[in-house]
Amino acid sequence: MWDWDYVYELLPKLLRALPATLGAALCGFALAVLVGILIAIAGRSRFRLLRGLTTGIVDFIRSTPLLVQLFFLYYSLPMLTPLAMSAFATGVIGLGLHYACYLSEVFRSSIDALPKGQWEAASALNLSKARTWFSIVLPQAMPPVIPIMGNYLIVIFKETPALSAITFVELLMRTKNETSISFRAFEPYTITGGLFIVVSLLLSLAVSRLEKRFKNRTTA
Amino acid sequence: MNSIYMPDQVAPAKVQEQPLIRYEGVTKTFGELEVIKGIDMSIYGGEKLAIIGPSGSGKTTLGRMLMTLEEPTSGIITIDGEKLWQMEDKRGRLVRANEKHLHRMREKIGMVFQHFNLFPHLTALRNVTLALTSVLKVPKDEARERAAEMLGKVGLATKLDEYPSRLSGGQKQRVAIARALVLRPKVIVFDEVTSALDPELVGEVLEVIKEIAEDRETAMMLITHEMEFAREVADRVVFGADGLIVEQGTPEEIFDCPRSERLQAFLGRFR
Repeated sequence: MWDWDYVYELLPKLLRALPATLGAALCGFALAVLVGILIAIAGRSRFRLLRGLTTGIVDFIRSTPLLVQLFFLYYSLPMLTPLAMSAFATGVIGLGLHYACYLSEVFRSSIDALPKGQWEAASALNLSKARTWFSIVLPQAMPPVIPIMGNYLIVIFKETPALSAITFVELLMRTKNETSISFRAFEPYTITGGLFIVVSLLLSLAVSRLEKRFKNRTTA
Repeated sequence: MNSIYMPDQVAPAKVQEQPLIRYEGVTKTFGELEVIKGIDMSIYGGEKLAIIGPSGSGKTTLGRMLMTLEEPTSGIITIDGEKLWQMEDKRGRLVRANEKHLHRMREKIGMVFQHFNLFPHLTALRNVTLALTSVLKVPKDEARERAAEMLGKVGLATKLDEYPSRLSGGQKQRVAIARALVLRPKVIVFDEVTSALDPELVGEVLEVIKEIAEDRETAMMLITHEMEFAREVADRVVFGADGLIVEQGTPEEIFDCPRSERLQAFLGRFR
């Protein structure tokens, strides 16, 4: 049944796929946060066209599957435009845009929860729009949603197997390749599942550390 | 010696002919509710104008329209003869002010709010320096110096690095006053700045305002329920009710010989 020798032989091979997998998840998450913030800001623009456009795009992306979006970005976009990207870059952009739409809603509700007086004080001090966003609004709206952002980081990490569909060799793809060589499935998939658990736990630990640091900072 | 203005060389407020601020036929409607029903009034340079009146008489809205937080429904507000909410487009037509125009006009106006509205994630000092460095482009060291001096002036020299959550209501409001004052606006709107304070903290805030009111350079619009304070500090008092100015005059005229029944009844409640 369970063959330890095979496990010792297999583990280093699978671990080699981990950096690329984690890299795609972290880059995708960073992009999702960045674009999510931009979407939340655009959603509060005084230009109705911009507001309408962002809601449209967010609704569109949220109601199509990530896999379909990845296929479109990887196979169709190069046919329509001169944009041809590597599987990694496509994966990062796909994950980033997809989860940006979910994160933007998290940011939006946190921004909406900011007292109106903060905006008014910024206006009374004649702060520019950009200064108001980056010195007043976001520094107050972001820390409370760090735990939710952490959840999305883990969700994104667990979604990386979708990137195998566009030929990106991530952890699951590497595992599948191994099973097709050894014709054994038990150990490879068990190890891969274990690796996902370990990394997810480490990520959530890092997030709660970060959360604590921000809490100390604001109440200090 | 090398300060830019010398307070004692500035002419007394009432001698100046051109008002600093002028409201002309200003109205404001919120939905169905007409809060301001047509106001004409002026504030002169350096003048301390108290606005008193029952709750819901539109006092706060007057101040918020000056601070550009609320756009008048009709009428004109001018500062130094320049329209606040309108501007001329390229062809010389009067159009609604854009953000750039408002930004330029706002440099002349400051405001202190009823609920302080300090930035809770910034220290007292950073609350005061933020606009200095980012709007007026004052170098960091100089901004720090000016902010520390101003916080000293409101009695908070030892609280520079405290976050607002560690300050009392009165201390918070004094930081807010320093924050408005440090930008040297031509007029500061004080919107019921003691209404949200515990009674024992009201005194220290009014004391600070009295002190800074001695500077003849900055005009003040004091929207207040503190009648004794208004009598003491104001050059002129406006009594408003139901969105209209009912009576105005010197503190003595308003408080000692009120003419209208409305004002007599209003003052009666404070005796």
